[in-house]
Amino acid sequence: MSESGSYTGAQLIWESLLREGVDTVFGYPGGAILPAYDAMVSYPIRHVLVRHEQSACHMADGYARASGRVGVVVATSGPGATNLVTGLATAMLDSTPLVAITGQVGSALLGTDAFQEVDITGITIPVTKHNYLVTRAEDIVPAIREAFAVARSGRPGPVLVDITKDAQQSRAALDWEAATPQRHRRHLPAPLDPEALAQALDLIRQAKRPIILAGHGIQLSGARAEVLALAERADIPFALTLLGLGAVPATHPLSLGMMGMHGESWVNRAIQEADLLIALGMRFDDRVTGKLKEYAPHAKKIHIDIDASELNKNVPVDVAIAADLGDVLRTLLPQLPVADRSGWLETIREWRGDSAVRDIKNLPDDGHLYAAHVMHDLWRLTKGEAVVVTDVGQHQMWEAQYYKHDGERSLITSGGAGTMGFALPAAIGAKVARPDAEVWVVAGDGGFQMTFAELMTAVQEGVKVNIAVINNGYLGMVRQWQAMFYEGRYAATPILSPDFVKLAEAFGVQGQRVECRGDLAAAVAKARAFEGAALIEFKVEQEDSVYPMVPAGAALHEMIRRPSALAETGSDPV
Amino acid sequence: MTHAPGQQVPGPHVLVVYTDDEPGVLTRVASLIRRRGFNIHSLTVGPTERAGLSRMTIVVDSDAQRVRQAVEHLRKLVNVLEVEQLADKPMVVRDLVLLRVATASAVRSEVLQLAQVFRAAVVDIAEDSVVIECTGSLAKIDALVDSMRPFGILEMGRTGAVAMARGTRTLTKARPALPLRTGTSPEAMSV
Ligand SMILES: Cc1ncc(C[n+]2csc(CCOP(=O)(O)OP(=O)(O)O)c2C)c(N)n1
Ligand SMILES: [Mg+2]
Repeated sequence: MSESGSYTGAQLIWESLLREGVDTVFGYPGGAILPAYDAMVSYPIRHVLVRHEQSACHMADGYARASGRVGVVVATSGPGATNLVTGLATAMLDSTPLVAITGQVGSALLGTDAFQEVDITGITIPVTKHNYLVTRAEDIVPAIREAFAVARSGRPGPVLVDITKDAQQSRAALDWEAATPQRHRRHLPAPLDPEALAQALDLIRQAKRPIILAGHGIQLSGARAEVLALAERADIPFALTLLGLGAVPATHPLSLGMMGMHGESWVNRAIQEADLLIALGMRFDDRVTGKLKEYAPHAKKIHIDIDASELNKNVPVDVAIAADLGDVLRTLLPQLPVADRSGWLETIREWRGDSAVRDIKNLPDDGHLYAAHVMHDLWRLTKGEAVVVTDVGQHQMWEAQYYKHDGERSLITSGGAGTMGFALPAAIGAKVARPDAEVWVVAGDGGFQMTFAELMTAVQEGVKVNIAVINNGYLGMVRQWQAMFYEGRYAATPILSPDFVKLAEAFGVQGQRVECRGDLAAAVAKARAFEGAALIEFKVEQEDSVYPMVPAGAALHEMIRRPSALAETGSDPV
Repeated sequence: MTHAPGQQVPGPHVLVVYTDDEPGVLTRVASLIRRRGFNIHSLTVGPTERAGLSRMTIVVDSDAQRVRQAVEHLRKLVNVLEVEQLADKPMVVRDLVLLRVATASAVRSEVLQLAQVFRAAVVDIAEDSVVIECTGSLAKIDALVDSMRPFGILEMGRTGAVAMARGTRTLTKARPALPLRTGTSPEAMSV
């Protein structure tokens, strides 16, 4: 299909986006991208005007994670483009498919330090899968088509296309077919190796204490049904990474919960005692392994991931398979014998019982509002069906522990980068992608103050998100480290906040404050019933800590357990 | 002399990387190597027999596990067509050196004799120095440099290694799509 006639480069941008199925872009205009903006108005594509380009990236990221589609960002040259860097890095570390389109100064000015000229392709090499500097109109369509192919294929990630102003202004023909991308196919995984599959089957057959480590790759591969079939057929419990939460249901009888630094003690213990780890679409990040030398010392390891560079990177494994997870499991499953491992499951259940008595949500209400209560109650009140978008810090970990995610793509959080300020913009993106979903932001008082200007974006765009600000008066996670490892010197962690209720109202957002658990349900109901964005500030226990905790660099079984003293004193003994 | 011409050099791993010949590719490869902390001994790049295709030879100073990682990371770059690890294959590795050696009149003939032993060419003679050119394995070049050091090396320029597997070529994947380069003069590299 070769469309006749010629288009401006600016039109070619939108023609390409339309053909890639884009319905929404998140952006901010400026001089070097102005021709593209001028052309935009003739195209049926929604533009969400952000308040900071970093948020545009996070919105596109939330959009992509909520929907599985590619998120699209538009920004101008210079500071507009550099503002994207944190968002691109966040997407890169969590494998989110994004395409960022930036304007660039005219090609004749490149390299002259012209007004708002920044070498954004140079800057973003390490935080994108690939990037392009396009200086001619005829190169726009091939670059954008390939950018989408690269963003989606293999292990997904962000791609940046920098387009000079003159390329947007000059004309070229549109030949979509001729621009069919090829290069992203260069490194598709090799065909499955039958020998590796046979070895994997053997290990699974022989294992007495196997455990599945379920990661983000399950969602990216769309392999939920296959992973569940594996677990159920072979009677193998699964532990989840932070980004794996929701990939398989938390309330499934074989689900153990989250592993790693703030994983529950029985989960980490099960990993340390296991005789086989089956790692599916996860990458043995230091936050899940603890000290590598003592990690799962008795276990054989099978690792399946589409990114070959992740195999044998941190943890040496016995069987490494670089391939799409769904493909591998569909081949494996028919050969997998049904098994009964009730003995192993019973052992883990016993460990679990010991932890349950320490569990904060089982404590009687002592008048204090704990963040854990907020998460648990939010889970109950939303029947576990909300899409929760969390920021970074203690509240993020409490959410992961106490909100049971059953649905796919129901938790969106910055895992690899741990980017504070992510939650509100990512939630706006998620709601735009899935208008029928109930979307909740869970943010700390610190992180929320990084990007709360996006409240105005939510109002301007009519995006209904519910926001829980967990106000503990501290940069809580850092304070916790100071309490535990720096003798309680709270350097730069007490943080003042504005009156969040008034702040919300100033933006035209519903604002409420909750200080005791008894008021929680009514406030949540009021927020959900409000047609626009609604915010609840939860004034929680200030010096509470997240337990259990594997201190950085310690072995996974060396956990600081949740103190049972909490039940008596009602305060954190740290 | 212990290093016969063409002798295989033990130790460092040699990677041959085929890439698109387009702006920025060397930056991408160099950025990757720096960011992932791979120690490289040398990196050379030049055109190939095919238009649009460049060939890099990277000598990596790392253990086998790190090298395998480097290969997998390189394979993730969109501009990389193929990465070949020449580790266990018979290969030819060549380095070129230009050496300016001080030659006070008393030692000049000794220097020239030594150069001959290495089959190095004398490409320039000045009053108190000579410039020697030598091509050979990394070890041979190292040996030549060591033997010249006592006389005083005034300047040294080395190209870094260019390597090729011996025997029948195995790399076919990248080839068919690209036209043969016409003419013999290599185009200026835009990397
Ligand atoms: C952009 C950014 N800066 C700094 C940090 C380091 N950091 C991690 S958690 C945290 C504290 C977060 O405080 P808050 O948002 O109030 O959440 P809390 O831990 O109190 O729940 C900080 C500063 C980070 N993750 N991201
Ligand atoms: Mg806080």
